[in-house]
Amino acid sequence: MAASIAIHLEFGGGAELLFNGVKKHHVTLPSQSEPWDMKQLLVWIQRNLLKERPELFVQGDSVRPGILVLINDADWELMVSTGKLCLLSECVCVCVCVCV
Amino acid sequence: MPVQCSSCSEKRAVLKRPKTGHSLCKECFFWAFEEEIHQTIVSAKLFKTGESVGIAASGGKDSTVLAHVMKVLNERYSYGLELMLLSVDEGITGYRDDSLETVKRNQQQYELPLKIVSYEELYGWTMDAIVKQVGLKNNCTFCGVFRRQALDRGAIMLKVDKICTGHNADDVAETVLMNVLRGDIARLRRCTTISTDSENEGVVPRCKPLKYAYEKEIVLYAYFKKLDYFSTECIYSPNAYRGYARTYLKDLESVRPSSIMDVIHSGENLSVREGVKMPVQGTCSRCGYISSQKLCKACVLLEGLNRGLPKLGIGKHHRFHDKILSQQPLTEEEERKLKAVDF
Repeated sequence: MAASIAIHLEFGGGAELLFNGVKKHHVTLPSQSEPWDMKQLLVWIQRNLLKERPELFVQGDSVRPGILVLINDADWELMVSTGKLCLLSECVCVCVCVCV
Repeated sequence: MPVQCSSCSEKRAVLKRPKTGHSLCKECFFWAFEEEIHQTIVSAKLFKTGESVGIAASGGKDSTVLAHVMKVLNERYSYGLELMLLSVDEGITGYRDDSLETVKRNQQQYELPLKIVSYEELYGWTMDAIVKQVGLKNNCTFCGVFRRQALDRGAIMLKVDKICTGHNADDVAETVLMNVLRGDIARLRRCTTISTDSENEGVVPRCKPLKYAYEKEIVLYAYFKKLDYFSTECIYSPNAYRGYARTYLKDLESVRPSSIMDVIHSGENLSVREGVKMPVQGTCSRCGYISSQKLCKACVLLEGLNRGLPKLGIGKHHRFHDKILSQQPLTEEEERKLKAVDF
């Protein structure tokens, strides 16, 4: 059983408009049997934080093309290619919209 | 499992460059990004030493990064350019006034002189007023046409030798796609040129130093450098045709990142078959601006606005030019068609 984890979420570049204009969120993800990964985080964000127009944030299993995701100041594209991306406590996840 | 920077092999990589797929650390990314723009400027001979250059600034990410990089490169490589910021106020409440605040901050941050020109002073119409008359379908046409002229007028007021805009690789690729979709062969041939040259008095040459910079990299650069920029969708643009090309291109990019450069490459190397009718460049009989028809598009659109005929200028309108120039009235049937607006 993995404990619940607290993470910092930040939305920018216009993405914050989908979250009532709030850029920074400090959230606690509930505990679950396996470690949290990005796909699950996106579903959680969509269910609990996203205020409008989900199609502008998620597309299928991932973010809409046109949204950059950085985890602890590093592009998630780097980590995705090195294997399954697991989220750790207190990590900072930033989603920046490239084009509105 | 941290990945090493593929360039310096010393630091941890923080991003995978969308353009090349290389994993780079922050400093190597900044260097690569700036160097590529420098190479674009040098190989295309965009500027001459001693020139004064107006940087078209909207407060958005592209123009903020452009202003920053131009300042950095001007100093690093001693271009010897005198840089200035030039902004256009289209009169869009809640959007442009906010982004202009960002430009004013940029002015202080980069210590560059700033000139703002407005549609109100140039044409007597704000975009808010135009949208009330025209609706939300063709308003972007008005804004784009007016802004092009507004930049030239502003540049002449500033007495700069050149204008540079923040158009990036994604923008140019989108334009190529749009022109293919619209069958606009003339624009298709022109739209990938990196700089315009002109012998016309009313038009200042302009160039796109960021032509080969990916939009994603511009955002990453601005984010890591913590540059101050404004990012909100223009409230009048949701129906803009460009949006469709943009969505399509973004999907293509996610499958194959080089698509953006490849579309530009296709556009640059297109040749037009012999016998295809191409417009000839002349000047507007009313204002002297460059035009391929008797009246330039801005004059036609303005005429339409002032006469309460919002569709004048949208669609084929060259047969009205003689009537407008000689101030002949239009027939009832013609007026009826030009008034019809779908909101």
